[in-house]
Amino acid sequence: MRFAIGLLTILAIASIIGTVLKQNEPYTNYAFEFGQFWFLLFEKLGLYDVYHSGWFLTILAFLVLSTSLCIVRNGPGFLKEMKAYREKASDTSLSLMSHSVELDGEVEPEAVRERLQAQGFSVKEHQREDGSRVLAAKKGAANKLGYFFAHIAMVVICIGGLMDGNLPLKLGEMSGRVVPETRNVPQSQIPAQSRLSAGNLSYRGNVTIAENRSADVVFLNAGKGYLVQELPFAVTLKQFHVDYYSNGMPKLFASDIVVTDKATGKETKATVKVNHPLVVDGVAIYQASFGDGGSPLELDAWNLAQPQLAPVAIKGVSQAAQPLRANGQAYTLEFGDLKVYNVENMAKTGMDGDKTLAQRMNDARSVKHEKALQNVGPSITYKLRDGQGQAHEYHQYMAPIMQEGASYQISGVRRQVSEPFQYLRLPLDDELSIKRFMRLNAALATPALYDEVARRTADKAMQGGAISPEMRAQFESSVKWVLARFSEGGFPALENFLDERVPQDKRQAVAQTYVKILQGTVGDLMAVADSRAGVAPLAAEQNSYRFLLDSLVASSALHDYGAPVYLQLVGFDQVQASGLQLTRSPGKNLVYLGSLLLVIGIILMFYVREIRVWLVFRPGRLRLAMTSNRHNRDLDRDFDRERDALETLIREQP
Amino acid sequence: MSSTYRLAAQPGFWRSLDLRDWAYALFVLVVCAGAFYQYDHFMDVYEEAILAGSALSLVALGWFWKPWRWYFPLSGVTSLLAIQVYEHDLARAQSAFLLKYMLSSQSSIMWMCTLFVLATGVYWAGLLTRSATLQRMGSGLTWAACVMGLAGLGTRWYESYLIGADVGHIPVSNLYEVFVLFCLVTALMYLYYEAKFAARQMGAFVLLIISAAVVFIVWYAFDRQAHEIQPLIPALQSWWMKIHVPANFVGYGAFAIAAMLGAAELMAMRGWLAGKLPPMEVMDEVMYKVIAVGFLFFTIATVLGAMWAADAWGGYWSWDPKETWALIVWLNYAAWLHMRLVKGWRGAPLAWWAVVGLFITTFAFIGVNMFLSGLHSYGGL
Repeated sequence: MRFAIGLLTILAIASIIGTVLKQNEPYTNYAFEFGQFWFLLFEKLGLYDVYHSGWFLTILAFLVLSTSLCIVRNGPGFLKEMKAYREKASDTSLSLMSHSVELDGEVEPEAVRERLQAQGFSVKEHQREDGSRVLAAKKGAANKLGYFFAHIAMVVICIGGLMDGNLPLKLGEMSGRVVPETRNVPQSQIPAQSRLSAGNLSYRGNVTIAENRSADVVFLNAGKGYLVQELPFAVTLKQFHVDYYSNGMPKLFASDIVVTDKATGKETKATVKVNHPLVVDGVAIYQASFGDGGSPLELDAWNLAQPQLAPVAIKGVSQAAQPLRANGQAYTLEFGDLKVYNVENMAKTGMDGDKTLAQRMNDARSVKHEKALQNVGPSITYKLRDGQGQAHEYHQYMAPIMQEGASYQISGVRRQVSEPFQYLRLPLDDELSIKRFMRLNAALATPALYDEVARRTADKAMQGGAISPEMRAQFESSVKWVLARFSEGGFPALENFLDERVPQDKRQAVAQTYVKILQGTVGDLMAVADSRAGVAPLAAEQNSYRFLLDSLVASSALHDYGAPVYLQLVGFDQVQASGLQLTRSPGKNLVYLGSLLLVIGIILMFYVREIRVWLVFRPGRLRLAMTSNRHNRDLDRDFDRERDALETLIREQP
Repeated sequence: MSSTYRLAAQPGFWRSLDLRDWAYALFVLVVCAGAFYQYDHFMDVYEEAILAGSALSLVALGWFWKPWRWYFPLSGVTSLLAIQVYEHDLARAQSAFLLKYMLSSQSSIMWMCTLFVLATGVYWAGLLTRSATLQRMGSGLTWAACVMGLAGLGTRWYESYLIGADVGHIPVSNLYEVFVLFCLVTALMYLYYEAKFAARQMGAFVLLIISAAVVFIVWYAFDRQAHEIQPLIPALQSWWMKIHVPANFVGYGAFAIAAMLGAAELMAMRGWLAGKLPPMEVMDEVMYKVIAVGFLFFTIATVLGAMWAADAWGGYWSWDPKETWALIVWLNYAAWLHMRLVKGWRGAPLAWWAVVGLFITTFAFIGVNMFLSGLHSYGGL
């Protein structure tokens, strides 16, 4: 037993390692985290999958062995003891028991037997050679059974666990029969050495299936690579459902699937949900994850180098790459995931500090909290990779997003995956379209319009008395100059000019002038662009002014956008994918049986008290002795009660 | 002659039940039948089984532990009163006087917290002055706290349905709710042993750990707004939760009591608080009994957890950190019980071990959620 306890301690410590070190991560993560030396050492020790490492399984096996030995060695003795009444116990041994007393007097043995039986004891009588009679009684022998149950349970659970563990797979890998695949190749090209037949008894693997597609294999994680497990059936995903609560938390993930048996062609239709797996031929199918399954997309491509051009409609598929030619350069457009539902927290943070006590009490009392969570609609990510392999990543929202009362189209950009996205806000017109902004941006990039724009701005300035007629020519050229500068590089271009050409003490004043000119002329620029396009001009109101200022900011930011085209998501046909986990665990029922035995065993051990009673009848004398498997207050109480009862009985004897 | 003799024997179990036992049983059965007729169409077959099982367990508990016969109905009626005052409108929690100051789930739970802290103080005063009156007051306050706690959880269950029909769920789904459950279970188990062994001095120690949990609850509610009711994520939408979580907390509560008794026993061994603590054998025996109960329930909870995992995560055992730590806790107390029952250990080593056990249990309970990531992430801080 000491050995078993020692093993259990080692097992517990080993288990702790497995909880501290994240298990079954891709090996590159470990190498990155620990450095080469420790990575290799830990790999040798099997610390990346502690619970399936050779030494861990060896300890488990030893535990099973030692517990089995314990049962086999102690079992027969225990059984014998359970059955025995020990009616032949000697007077000496009875008198040495801690609960033992000899009373003066006599009682009828039959009365005592009746009383004991009424209390649930089973009684055996023994006639000694010296003429005295012994009644030996016992109850609660099931207590000993508890030890059997609990210890057999441990063995049964461990055997069940070993059946479902990947021991055969490990042996296969060690002998070189099974070799994990490390390349990223289509499933059909994976060689036989990395494939496991459908006859494999136990496995736990994952597969992602797009809607209206099928899969007949799952992928198992295997150290550095993966293995392909053949299934006895094909799983077809008909439809994937996802539901959300009103606060944006996910409520339901469900897959409508059809399972087609390869041998018989029998079809099983079912909906698999979290907590509601489908079991087919001993293989359980679980809802594990979900995502985009490659959705057809429609986009408008706005050429940012030639903004005068109308957008070009292009088609694509999410999670796929396609070539893109822009302004004579070849690019690769690599689509990421289409996300139809994006829940964002639109609440302002940092308000908590100035709450009054009363407010805090109210908050503490209220179990409902309105979170400003909002679905901001579909989005697509993509990378645009140039001929040198350099890429920018974009995150494009499809729907208009309201911010501070105005609508914008939002587009994120980043140069590296590790960076957060920088968001660009394109202001939208009354029709919630970016066309007006694009028209303004195009006009800004058309110097031919500057003359007319400058004239209009000067007219207005004259009317308002801001400039005198003599200054007009100079004013107009300033306007044109500012427009030209701004169209080359936005606000930074103006700033650079200031830094290079203007003495420091005057920069602020000049900058303000530039901004004033820009603000004054942008409306005219818009009007000219509108009249050229034959569109009604922007209404003269507060919102329009905000639109124009936002446009200036957006137009300036576009210089930093890093892409030759602005891709606007205009349509999609969502195809979802469902991540299913398929497991086969024949040991499960054995583990459950063991668990049941364990619980019964514990109840028997702790809550059934084994009590033995001896009564020795000889003329004029009566001995009462009692033992229990535990010396506690209950036995004191029982003993006192029996003695009192016997004394009463003796007194009542005629 | 033999009839007198036999009368002295213990009466049979059924005979020992009095009128109040039967009245209580009738009350529980009527309430459960009422719940069944009113809400049956929301339940699946497992939930019906759980309701039937709860009814029987509640009757058994009331027969086994007599104070439960008034405690449970009183808590239930308090919850029902709150539900009446709500009039199907959650906003009344901030306006109706009774709800605002007494009966809304948060008010009830805060009352529970206050009463537990008061009880701790009174128990200590009673211990130090050897005043039986103060110690009885401590018991009374603890009982009152338990009534408010259970009523609060019941009301919270109802409130979750007022937020939204699809939001409603039993309040054992996040760390805040289970902390309330922990306080409640620990206190109730303690009250049972206190009465059985007539040793109210233990209250000063046991209530300390409950007060520590209370501090956490208050911080968690006021600083983190953890008391807000959130809908259940798909992984938690299962009837398994209704039995797995409470079973676990009987285990955690029991181990917490054992640790505090271990601490008291160690103090007694050093002669501290001499003459003020219960006899050492009593503390030793309660410690053993409570660990035995905790171990049984912890085993059941772990098995139920494994069966739930087989439904939800694709395997009955995934070596998830929470599972692994549950195993470590289990092994720890299995070894403790072995040492006591097989090797006959008593006294200081087991007391120390019980105290250390609390740290292991606490890590499994909270530490795993704070420091390790895994499948049990919904219990996070």
